[in-house]
Order: sequence, then C-alpha cells, then structure tokens
Amino acid sequence: MADLTIKNLRKSYGETEILKGINLDIKDHEFVVFVGPSGCGKSTLLRSIAGLEEVSSGEIFLNDKEITELAPAKRDLAMVFQSYALYPHMSVRKNMSFALELAGQDKETINSKVDEAARILELGPLLDRKPKDLSGGQRQRVAIGRSIVRHPEIFLFDEPLSNLDAALRVQMRLELARLHQDLNATMIYVTHDQVEAMTLADKVVVLNQGRIEQVGSPMELYHHPVNEFVAGFLGMPKMSFLPGKVKSVSASGVTAELTSGYEIEVPVSSDSIQPGSDVNIGVRPEHVIITDKNSSKFQAILDVAEHLGSDTYCYVKTLDKQMITIRTPGDFLGTFGETIGLNLDPLQCHLFDTNGKAVPRLSRAAEVA
Amino acid sequence: MLSLKQRRRAQTVVLGTIAWLVALIIFFPIFWMILTSFKTEIDAFATPPQLFFTPTLENYTSINERSDYFHFAWNSVVVSFGSTIIGMLIAVPAAYSMAFFETKRTKSTLLWMLSTKMLPPVGVLVPIYLLFKDTGMLDTKLGLVIIYTLINLPIMVWMAYTYFKEIPKDILEAARMDGATLFQEIWKVLLPMSKGGLASTVLLSLILCWNEAFWSLNLTASQAAPLTALIASYSSPEGLFWAKLSAVSTLACAPILVFGWISQKQLVRGLSFGAVK
Repeated sequence: MADLTIKNLRKSYGETEILKGINLDIKDHEFVVFVGPSGCGKSTLLRSIAGLEEVSSGEIFLNDKEITELAPAKRDLAMVFQSYALYPHMSVRKNMSFALELAGQDKETINSKVDEAARILELGPLLDRKPKDLSGGQRQRVAIGRSIVRHPEIFLFDEPLSNLDAALRVQMRLELARLHQDLNATMIYVTHDQVEAMTLADKVVVLNQGRIEQVGSPMELYHHPVNEFVAGFLGMPKMSFLPGKVKSVSASGVTAELTSGYEIEVPVSSDSIQPGSDVNIGVRPEHVIITDKNSSKFQAILDVAEHLGSDTYCYVKTLDKQMITIRTPGDFLGTFGETIGLNLDPLQCHLFDTNGKAVPRLSRAAEVA
Repeated sequence: MLSLKQRRRAQTVVLGTIAWLVALIIFFPIFWMILTSFKTEIDAFATPPQLFFTPTLENYTSINERSDYFHFAWNSVVVSFGSTIIGMLIAVPAAYSMAFFETKRTKSTLLWMLSTKMLPPVGVLVPIYLLFKDTGMLDTKLGLVIIYTLINLPIMVWMAYTYFKEIPKDILEAARMDGATLFQEIWKVLLPMSKGGLASTVLLSLILCWNEAFWSLNLTASQAAPLTALIASYSSPEGLFWAKLSAVSTLACAPILVFGWISQKQLVRGLSFGAVK
C-alpha cells in the first residue's frame, strides 16, 4: 500500500514561487510521470515529496499519514538521482547495502537482499567493483539497485536516464518498465522527455510554470489535451496550430475560417463559442494528408522534408505563412518549394479558444454525459 | 633549425635548470643552518664563511645540557596536535553547513573570517595577554591550544569548505534518502570522500602551529614553551651563539621537515586549495 496525496503544495525561493498550489493523488502501484519544460517545477515537486526540499505551505500524505515535515530518512521513499549519486568510496555491494546497514538489519538479510537486487539487475559480476570502474548504464543500474534493496513505499526517479546515450536510454527505459511490472511498486518519475513520459507512465502529470496543466493517461493526454500547452508539449513532432475565426456554430460543431481562408467544421461543443471570436485549430502531423494541389482548396508550399526512413516529416508553409508539420510515409518524395494541397481530418482537429483552452469534442461530451 | 622534438627537449632543460636554481636558493638558508650547527662557534663567525671545516657535535650536546629539548618538543607536539584536533572538530561542521546549506551571507562570512588573518596579531596582544593573565592561562598548553585554534580556524574552515564544495550535493542527499542521520552522513559519506583534502588541512594546521612563534613567545615562559621559544632563547642577553642557535633550529625544524617530506604529496594538493581537480 502506498497512496500519496498532495494538497495545495506551495514552494517559494524568496520572491519566486516555484510550485503554485499542487493538488495530486497517486494510487498504489501507479507509475506516475511528471513532465514539463525545464523550470516548470517538476524536480522541485519530486524533491518536496522526498523531503529534500522544505515546502512553503501545503500538505503531503503517505497512506493517510502526514509526512510534510518528516525528515527524508523517515519517509521510507527511495530516490534515483540523475547523476546516479553513488558513494564513490564504496564498492557496488556496499553502495546497495548501505541503507540496510544504517537500518540495522542483520548481515544475512542484507546479503540476501543485495544478491536478489543484483540478480534482478544483472549486477552479480560487478558487486566488488567501485563506481568509477563502471559504465554509465551500469552505474544507473546500481543506483536503481540501491533503491530496490530497501523495498520502499515509493520509488522516486529524478531524470534517471538523461545522462545516458540514446541507445542505452531506450534499453533502460524498457528495463524500467519491466521493473515496474516485476516489483509492482509505486513509482514517481520526473523527465523532460515526453517519449519517456508516454511510454512509461500509467499517469502523466504535465507541469508548467509551477502548476499542473493536466493529469491523465498518456493516450488521454495525447488525444484530449485540455489546453494548447499540453497539446503542444506532447507529441513528436509537435502539433501545428492554425489561427482562425469562428464563422458559425451549430449542433454538429463549430465552423472556423482559417487566416488562409480555408473553412473547416470541427465537431466540438458550441456552448461556449461565439461566432466571430478568435480560435486556434490544432492538428497533429499524422492527421494532415497531402493531396494533389488541385484537389484541395488548402494549399501550401513544401519547405523542409526530414527523411527518417520509416517516416518523412514535412514542414510546409501555408500561403499566409503559417507552418504546418505533416507526417508522411517514409517513401514520400517531395521537392523543396513544391506547391501541395492539404486535407485536414476534422474529426482529429482540436479547437482552442482565445485563452488557449480546448473546446470539448462532441463525441467526448456525449461520453461524459 | 631545431626539430620540434629538439625544441621541446631544450625547453625542458632550460625550465629544469631554472627550477633547480630557484629550489637551491630557497633551500640555501636551511642548508647553511644545518652546516653551521656542526661548526664550532669560532668557525661559525669566520670570514669568509667556511664551506669545509671539521664537524663537531659539541653544539648538540651543549643544548641538551643547557635545556631539556624533549620538554620543548613535547610541548610543540601537544599544542600542535591539540589545536589541530579541536580546530578540525569546529571547522568540519562549519564548512559542512557553509558548503551544503549556503545562504546569501555565506560568502561574506567566509571572507570576513579570512580577513581576520590579515590584521597584525600584535594589535590584539595586550587584550589577549590580559585575558590570559586573568584566567590563569599564561604559560599553559591549554592557553596555546586555544589561541592556535583560533588563529588557524579561518584557514581550516576555508580549506575544508573548498574541498566540500567539490563533492556533489546529490551524494549527501542520497545518503539522507538512505536513512543516514546528520552524523552518519558526515562520518560515513562526507569525510571518506574528502579525506585527501581534509588530510592536507590537518597537515597545514600542524605546520602552522609548529612554526608559530609570536604567541608562543609572548604567552609562555618555561612550562608550556614550545620549540620556537627554545630557539628564541638562544639569542639571549648572554650573547648570540650562531652555532648553537643553528643546532637548536635544526632540531626544531627536523620533526616537521620529516613530517612534511613524508606527506608532501598531500601538502602540495592542499596548498593549491583545490583549484585543480
């Protein structure tokens, strides 16, 4: 059992408020990822949970017990640091047994726990080495091993993979996912990498400027972002935003006229939208289809094409100088400066009001009702 | 035209010669002191100075007859180690809090501490003398230990601070997460990681204490007088005895010189103040 509840948590450094009232519930066994741009407060939030950072106000509960003021040592949480933070003067075995020794466990228990962790993480042959004799990936594994041996209530990860090279990062990501399955533990993970967030999380918490923008499953956030920030932050390449004006509203949706003159009816709730107000249409790269320039009224000029083999990302400029990113098959052949036609899938378009808030989809509204 | 290799070689030779010359100049007084200590008083005064003479141990035996060398040496040992131990007990926690819980006034506090080293000690001689007199600490080892601890503390805190600064904060936080108390965090993680730097801090403190003369001359008479006071006693109203003075100086320098020799690697690292990682 490890439920974590955070109530109205605030943290300031002098005049600057880093966390501006965080409310969050984390359930047992969940893999929760805090994601956001640098400086959004995600690490501070994690460190506040760990007890390494004093909070200015608010409360943190672990299994209904308040831990806001408790020393980190007494919280029964384990943390994996970005820099690994291994004890350089201790062997791998000692690094992993340190916490257990401090807790006064007997030698036999300690050894069996360390050996068990070493088996899970395949660290067996390295147990007598010092951290300086290990590679980055091995060090990261030791850092994880150090937290596993303790069987903590919650595992905290502070950007654990950002010091690894790309290939190793993918491998460790898979291992972490597997570890979460095997240990069936509650994990909180901080990253600025949205791929890590999407692939690892049961629940993603998107933070921006000290506030939670949205909490939900990766797919929920991907398909139903509540605002432009979340929509733009998740997804690779990013969602394109096209400014326009509302032309008419009806029961079947909102019709917007883009600055290029192209009209599109997006099936979203029209309750809060007035004709004539400014809106942004958001569309993901995979929901734009390139057609022949004569078969669509929406035309653009091909700017750059990035060939990745499996996909080709096309960056196109509409006639009114708006940039749109399009995902096309790997064998797409387009030439620089070529005029193409675009088709937007209205069912997949998002509509954001003047404040950047997403207007709920009609299908979605029906689901909720 | 010299090849690159030859030029490098020539450079090494020139630099090496300069280094040796500088080293010889620095070492010459010590060499002359040792040499003089084996001369008779007459040879010591001879003009021109004699490089070759019949060596004698007469000075060394006469020192032991006149005064108990080991009494003074023991005082030096007790006072140096005593004040170094107490100094470290204060400097480590102070540097720990300054390095890892820095506030906006930490830097100025450090500078202020160091600035006290820039004042002439003689300026506070009278008040300290009176304080020592009133508290009965004149000519006591405890008195010297206290005064040495105080005068070396700024440097010890500064050095320890510099070394602690090199240690990633994450590692201490990891220890905290692992359940370490403050004492365990310092004793089991911080100290082992900075033992090289702290060793040089200890060494420097020992050397500074051993060589200190101003306070030991002014605050001690016979009971607590260390070796520096013994040396000074040889330039006395009875006259200046160069050979004996050299002999006693050699005896006073010898222990710390040997000590420094053994630990020179640490010392060099210590004196570079952690500027080079």
